[in-house]
Amino acid sequence: MGFISDSLREALALILAGDREVFTAVLTSLDVAVWSVIFASIGGVPVGIAVALGKFPMMGAIRVLLNSLMAMPTVVVGLVVYGFLSRMGPFGSLGLLFTPQAIIIGETVLAMPVVANYTVAAIQGADERILPTALTLGASRFQSLCQLTREVRFGVVAAIIAGFGRVIAEVGVAMMLGGNIRFFTRTMTTAIALETSKGEFAFGLALGVILMSVSLAVNIFLTLAQESHSA
Amino acid sequence: MKLKLALAALAVASLCSFATAEDHLKMSTTTSTENSGLLTVLLPPFEKECGCKVDVIAVGTGKALKLGETGDVDVVLVHARGLEDKFVAAGFGINRRDVMYNDFVVIGPPNDPAGLRETTSAVDAFKRIDATHSTFISRGDNSGTDVKEKQIWSAAGITPSGAWYRSAGQGMGEVINMATELRGYTLADRGTYNAFRHGKTDLVILYDANRGLERPGAPAPRLTVDQVLARAGANGLLNPYGVIAVNPKKFPWVKFDLAMKFEDFITGPEGQSIIANYHVQGDPVFFTFKEK
Repeated sequence: MGFISDSLREALALILAGDREVFTAVLTSLDVAVWSVIFASIGGVPVGIAVALGKFPMMGAIRVLLNSLMAMPTVVVGLVVYGFLSRMGPFGSLGLLFTPQAIIIGETVLAMPVVANYTVAAIQGADERILPTALTLGASRFQSLCQLTREVRFGVVAAIIAGFGRVIAEVGVAMMLGGNIRFFTRTMTTAIALETSKGEFAFGLALGVILMSVSLAVNIFLTLAQESHSA
Repeated sequence: MKLKLALAALAVASLCSFATAEDHLKMSTTTSTENSGLLTVLLPPFEKECGCKVDVIAVGTGKALKLGETGDVDVVLVHARGLEDKFVAAGFGINRRDVMYNDFVVIGPPNDPAGLRETTSAVDAFKRIDATHSTFISRGDNSGTDVKEKQIWSAAGITPSGAWYRSAGQGMGEVINMATELRGYTLADRGTYNAFRHGKTDLVILYDANRGLERPGAPAPRLTVDQVLARAGANGLLNPYGVIAVNPKKFPWVKFDLAMKFEDFITGPEGQSIIANYHVQGDPVFFTFKEK
């Protein structure tokens, strides 16, 4: 197929040439994805722990809600956050719409349920005796929770990787909240959407190849980090 | 607790970057101005002059104006005169100025199943498409081109419906792609069509206001606005672009001074000469009003 081989060749040429357009889109993608995953983890991991260990009523409902939030379409997240950030919305005076910060907020909302859910799974899969053991050994409630999280760090890192996957790949939030502004809020995915709309299919696919390579590199890094810590 | 800290950190981080950001002029515009590549040559000289960044949000004209109506952008560059006048009349925008124009063309497959080559007006062309139930792809996104298309249908006294009429809800480029794949007709602005006609689509112009002037393979003739208007006749295939500053009385936060500097620039000698001299593969894309 000429189309596929053309785009692979183009991808290689773009990488070798250090094309500014591509380079800034990659950086913007990574920048917003990393920040949103950090914020999503700070919020999502404790929520996940609370949901996994909580013994108060409505827990079932909260889990169903978390699962549904994972399936939330990115454009819906984009739309809701847009409503808050628009000048006509409650946080309009901050002037955040169409900035990288807006994308970070939207993607944080997107990634948090993913991180929380995977954390729930990790905690539920942990040895049930960790918490009581730590408590009997004299650890405080907080210390024993930290110990539990340390024990399941493999699963927590998996949760973070899943969150990263969700945000690096999405286009709805980045398009709606960032506005696809060249050299400012244009990410890899919005650039691909733009090139497709211009009929530049090979160039779009080339960007796709680069995006995949970047995610691969990030995931290799995270997996190595995961393994070196659990060894 | 951690959640609260995270939210606080998020707010602080966002505010910090906001405070340190350089001066940004937010402009919503149509996909045609960005996809044609014009903005990549037009904006850098202005950004240098004003020491600012122009943030371009490229959407359909309808949405571009909506962004102005909520005060989310500082200036709009669009092409739907009727909507623009309403926008100004409602007090959302002020100081509308003409920037440039091109014209709309009806494109379709070279075998021309609806027989548009014999037609003499856009209205008649649309009547033939309806009569033969030939596939027609509509933008369906309330863009300037979409508004123009609806005007022609209504002038023809037709409410298009049926399987042959497909409302895509997408940008001009996507619609040309779709029409190419489905062997259908569509209404396009000449700029975007010119950007696609070298290798991206095999659809040809089957009706335009220059009927009789074009020779195969030759670049589009450079018509004055009067000529296009005269040739377009009652069809009004003229596609004028206007720039409008968002009203600072309505939205005190907009960067009105910067918006006016931008208006002065693109309607001034430097901006106008960049527009007039901008070509895609030898074809002019936009024409300026001050013809010599």
